[in-house]
Amino acid sequence: MAERAPPLIVGAGPAGIRAAMTLVAAGLRPIVVDESHACGGQIYRQPLAADGRGAKARYGSEAAKATRLHRDFAALGTGIDYLPNSLLWNLRDGAADILRDGVSRRVSYDGLVLATGATDRVLPIPGWTLPGVFTLGGAQIALKAQGCAIGRRVVFAGSGPLLYLVAWQYMKAGVEVAAVLDAAPLAAKLNLLRALPLAPGIVLRGLRMAAELTLCGTRVVFGADRISIEGEGRVARIVYRNGGREHAIACDGVGYGLNLRPETQAADLAGCAFRFDPRDRAHLPVRDASGRSSVAGVYLAGDGARIAGADAAEAAGERAALALLQDRGLSHDSRRAAALERALAKIDRLRDVLEAAFPCPSHWTPEIADDMLLCRCEEITSGEALRAIRDFSLTEINRLKAVTRIGMGRCQGRMCGAAAAELLAARTHRDISAVGRLRAQAPIKPIPLATSQSVDERQHDPAH
Amino acid sequence: MPLLHRLVRNESPAISFLIDGEPCEGRAGDTVLTAVLCHVERLRDSEFSGAPRAGFCQMGACQDCWVQLAGGERLRACTTELVEGMHIITRRGRGRG
Amino acid sequence: MTRRIDCDVAIIGGGLVGSSAALALRGMGLSVTLLDKGFCGAQASGVNYGGVRRQGRPPEQLPLSQRAHAIWPRLQRLIGIDGEFMRSGHLKLARSAADMASLERYAIDVAPFGLDLELVGHNQLRERFGIAGGVIGGSFCPGDGHANPRLVATAFAAAARRAGAEVLENTKVVGATRTFESFTLEAGDVAITARTVINSAGAWADTFARDFGEPVPLERTYPSMVVTEPLDPFLAVNLGIEGGGIYARQVTRGNVVVGGERAMPLDDPDYSRPRSDGVLTIMRRAGELFGRLRHAQAIRFWSGTEATMPDRNPVIGPSATTPGLLHAFGFSGAGFQIAPGVGEVLAELVRDGRTSTPIDAFAITRFPPASQPDDALSSR
Repeated sequence: MAERAPPLIVGAGPAGIRAAMTLVAAGLRPIVVDESHACGGQIYRQPLAADGRGAKARYGSEAAKATRLHRDFAALGTGIDYLPNSLLWNLRDGAADILRDGVSRRVSYDGLVLATGATDRVLPIPGWTLPGVFTLGGAQIALKAQGCAIGRRVVFAGSGPLLYLVAWQYMKAGVEVAAVLDAAPLAAKLNLLRALPLAPGIVLRGLRMAAELTLCGTRVVFGADRISIEGEGRVARIVYRNGGREHAIACDGVGYGLNLRPETQAADLAGCAFRFDPRDRAHLPVRDASGRSSVAGVYLAGDGARIAGADAAEAAGERAALALLQDRGLSHDSRRAAALERALAKIDRLRDVLEAAFPCPSHWTPEIADDMLLCRCEEITSGEALRAIRDFSLTEINRLKAVTRIGMGRCQGRMCGAAAAELLAARTHRDISAVGRLRAQAPIKPIPLATSQSVDERQHDPAH
Repeated sequence: MPLLHRLVRNESPAISFLIDGEPCEGRAGDTVLTAVLCHVERLRDSEFSGAPRAGFCQMGACQDCWVQLAGGERLRACTTELVEGMHIITRRGRGRG
Repeated sequence: MTRRIDCDVAIIGGGLVGSSAALALRGMGLSVTLLDKGFCGAQASGVNYGGVRRQGRPPEQLPLSQRAHAIWPRLQRLIGIDGEFMRSGHLKLARSAADMASLERYAIDVAPFGLDLELVGHNQLRERFGIAGGVIGGSFCPGDGHANPRLVATAFAAAARRAGAEVLENTKVVGATRTFESFTLEAGDVAITARTVINSAGAWADTFARDFGEPVPLERTYPSMVVTEPLDPFLAVNLGIEGGGIYARQVTRGNVVVGGERAMPLDDPDYSRPRSDGVLTIMRRAGELFGRLRHAQAIRFWSGTEATMPDRNPVIGPSATTPGLLHAFGFSGAGFQIAPGVGEVLAELVRDGRTSTPIDAFAITRFPPASQPDDALSSR
């Protein structure tokens, strides 16, 4: 009887780490592929070199979780086939293409856990391509992993819990945080009262952060509207409307983001069915409570399937691995599985509240000016998009992409996809769920033409 | 004035590299993006408008921070570790092979 | 409730052939319904390589190709955009003496058709086109070029709509029958009655041909494409190789499109994806051909569904079984350049019953049912 190929885990963040541990504990030896040099994903990202800061300084209140995950993953040792600094750029039917150091290998797998994580979600605002503007996640990585501040006098803008967290982290690091511009009105924050019974610690921590920022001299603005960034060659000021007036704040760095968006390209290539999710305002791969996708043998865990945070990612990674074990006919702890599902359901209710408290200002996009850059990579303006929608009677987002090039650049729609959908929906007077989703195409990220091919010795299926 | 400001690793081992022919110093543990933006205000000019770009997401997703080395090689600055002797060209047109 | 439409011509398939026919027919004052099961121009018309070339076509295609050749420079006037058409010239390379001899023979064979082919040797390749490495010569057609397939097909459909054609997208024709003097097409909640039907349904055209008693041995092929990031301009011509294997063009914005190798269908044969080893092979070949691609990044791969006939010639012309039915499909991966010409020819056939452009070589009768393997005659 032929030996089964090993399971493949994509991503070594909290979800991938827990999935790996669970599979190893059951006697399997999964392949774990990750783009980074070290485990932890983005939230528990490890620096390239020691910088004199301990876990507390780097990860704050989550230090214990980060340390435990890093240590537990390292303890797996050769119990896993660990492929760091490796890009999974394509996959299909039990074979994955993984690139490292200029060589692409075809790797066979039997069982796939996608723990691909998330990036910041953004909608275009004037000046968003100026040097000195980073996403909230980007500003956080600069500080946490590289020990740098994105400016000396920084403004943070957008929406989401990350907005306050990063601003507070910068303040604690001694950087002047001139303002926090929250796109959501203050009234939205009243929703946090509903979160108190679910996660009092998170709510109180958030309130304390906002208070400390204010005490430190940060101007905290709720309901900031018509945000635009100005400067000649780099950020010089940020302008916004509030209380019926326009305001301008001088600054040399801006952190901007509107919560997060899942990285679903691998799920798409794996053939997973997608469904529109009103909470994330995006098409997401269909997943049941156990983490099973619509494709047998493919499991989804963490923010790569739906935004729910790092704690949910840990639980979902473990739960998905248990589902994989069950489907493989191996013994698994069904009581543990049920407990994980209960924990995930509770976090899910919390996320509903957080989305209400930190809503995405989707009303911005229909109001954007014609000359605003919608697609950063291809430098396509919203005016060009609107003209194409009119001239070609466009109603679907992949057609918009084909005709305008929006989403055809290097980032393949990561930064512009949300805005393109909002614009198309608004212009054609339909709900955003009706305009379709950008289809993922290989390579998941750009790969060099000079990539050479190699054949995995452990290839199990010669049919490819 | 540079875009990024170093808060730690100021005493880490120095790494010599070049930006547009000018000798610079980074620190062990820098990404190329960090090293360059601790000196200058941009990584590259955009292909179509020529407007300056200096990265965005810092996590290898937005693909804004692709830079060219003097020999024509391309690398994504935020996910590439700085190496001694690297020569980053920020003032050039598009990729030239 | 079923919506009923009555028109002169119903066109099944809104790719470049069907859309250009719709526009030409509207220009003649005929009423037209253009149907596509998806969005017009989204299939082979929209995902092909984008080559606009006469060179390399068999001689029987050249009158049609020359007719189309006159249309491409007029796109702005015809459909409102130029479709990024570039008269860059088409250069076909020879890697061996045998391939070069083949190009020389072709140049002689097609001399009467006025393609103005120039045979070039190794030195000229280097001096004029910057190409060295593994090639001994080539054949250059200065009037050929390339365009953006995503724009052109979609724009023809939009122009047809503006000209008064009824364009029904996401409307799949599920039944086509001939009644006394007209045809009835059923498409979901629409029923169309038409005097004439054009079957330009691409990879799905064989189903309709079979329904009218003339099955054809149509096969699906799946091209594989790679596109790079924007690069400094270095490739001014649309490039191909005798014997196949790779073709490349650089668009104005700088991206280089490279085609070659075959992709493969997914479980649903209406969808396909490039093979990983195929794209890696093409990428390597492209880097070997052009030093300027050595450090470039590939940012996207794609495929599509093409209809191919065994002799690699399309089926164009009247049905052999049913008066009023016209076929135009099976372009075997080479439909882009000639499609606008095919549209005009179809319009002439509808209005006049004949066309000035020779199309006898494309008659459906060259595939008599008795000669086809059994599986061509049975349901897909």
